[in-house]
Amino acid sequence: MKNRKTALQLTVAAVVISALPSCVSVKEYQKQYINDSEMELAVRKIEKFEQNAQLYREGASGANGGKSGGGCGCN
Amino acid sequence: MRRISLSALVLFMGILCGFSQNSTTTEQDTAYKSKTLKIEEVNLVSSYYTQDGNNSAVTGGIGTEKLTDFSNTFDLKLSRYDHRNRKHNIGLEVGVDTYTSASSDMIEPNGIGRNGLVRTSASYQDVRVYPSVSWQVADENRGITFGANGSFSTEYDYTSKGAGLNFSKTSKDKSREFSAKLGAFLDTWKVIYPYELRPVGYGTGGHNADNVNYSPRNTFNLALTFAQIINQRLQMSFMVEPAYQQGLLATKYQRVYFNNGTAKPENLPDSRKKLPLSMRATYFAGDRVIIRSFYRFYVDDWGLKAHTLSLEPVVKLSPYFSVSPFYRFYAQNGIKYFAGYKQQTPTADFFTSDYDLSKLTSHSVGAGIRFVPRDGVMGIRHWNSVELRYSHYSRSTALTSDMVTVAMKFK
Repeated sequence: MKNRKTALQLTVAAVVISALPSCVSVKEYQKQYINDSEMELAVRKIEKFEQNAQLYREGASGANGGKSGGGCGCN
Repeated sequence: MRRISLSALVLFMGILCGFSQNSTTTEQDTAYKSKTLKIEEVNLVSSYYTQDGNNSAVTGGIGTEKLTDFSNTFDLKLSRYDHRNRKHNIGLEVGVDTYTSASSDMIEPNGIGRNGLVRTSASYQDVRVYPSVSWQVADENRGITFGANGSFSTEYDYTSKGAGLNFSKTSKDKSREFSAKLGAFLDTWKVIYPYELRPVGYGTGGHNADNVNYSPRNTFNLALTFAQIINQRLQMSFMVEPAYQQGLLATKYQRVYFNNGTAKPENLPDSRKKLPLSMRATYFAGDRVIIRSFYRFYVDDWGLKAHTLSLEPVVKLSPYFSVSPFYRFYAQNGIKYFAGYKQQTPTADFFTSDYDLSKLTSHSVGAGIRFVPRDGVMGIRHWNSVELRYSHYSRSTALTSDMVTVAMKFK
């Protein structure tokens, strides 16, 4: 289990480290993919209630665009 | 519930009529930056949730967790430009949840209410209403946005007042953005005890009952986000959101049974520090597939560590229609105060048998469909899109749930 967690953390770190230095300047006219509404880097409205249910049924919260514990009698 | 559905239908018809009033103005205003307040969009989201399990915290970690929840939100986004060409966005939202909970019925089973009538517990069936308002001003030339928001939530035993401030700065080439959000929730909880563990002379907590205490539960959080466009097809964001909670964090109507046969209401520390860190990435693969991914690591001072991973490929079957199957995995190790039914030791200071805080893994699978026709849904121009989403959730503690959500957008 511990090995699996370490592997997951290393994979995430590897993705981040490899992606950041490869940033390229993208002009406005080159943003036809980036500007697609499904590309938004945020939780969508239709997922909001699912997020609320997870907030009640799990101990972790926050950093996902939803609540971090206040405003309801949740965990 | 039927009354809420009818209200939602009336609201829906009202929105359609409202848009039809100003359609010609919108056409003429394409290049003009409106100084008057105009409707940007209206969203209606409704969901039905049902769950079942056999580890209810109200009955000490055993017993039914059957619950249903019918949720609806309506939000309205308005905007206008001021004399300095800064865009002001105003958001108004109201949500109404109606739920029934079989375990809450065990707070006071077959209790005798006022006038000698047999009634169920305070929270057996309840309605939560939560309006909120937000305002933002965006200086598009400088890439700076400021905003503030306020919220209120009320249900039978819980009231919440929230406020927040936010700031964001976008780079000149609009390829990266930094944002900060500061939030506070000042909540008040009516302290309800299970009938057999209630102090002598303490009220039931039922409707019109007195002699009960109210306790605060306050939450303060700061969300910092950095978003970066990596290339023409990939963008990522990183978020950290430390939060601090203080006040009554235990749910006093949840029972804990000890290994010596005694029982007490749940007791947990009166403060909690949380630290979640997350990463989100969206990638446009080819011309038809978008991959949405999310990972979060969470740690708090109650000893809980958790990992969340989700993946959602969005397949565009046509420019107007997309299908998005998704999978979410979650794992947590459990807080140090948790033990199951009759497993707690009576000498412990803090104890809970709430399986939401136990060691668990969960899997969520489902799919969504999204329809954004060029000429509007069913030919109604302002009805921009309709979405339908289903999800099935299963937890290693044998809790399962299903949710169906419908979202409609009007522009």
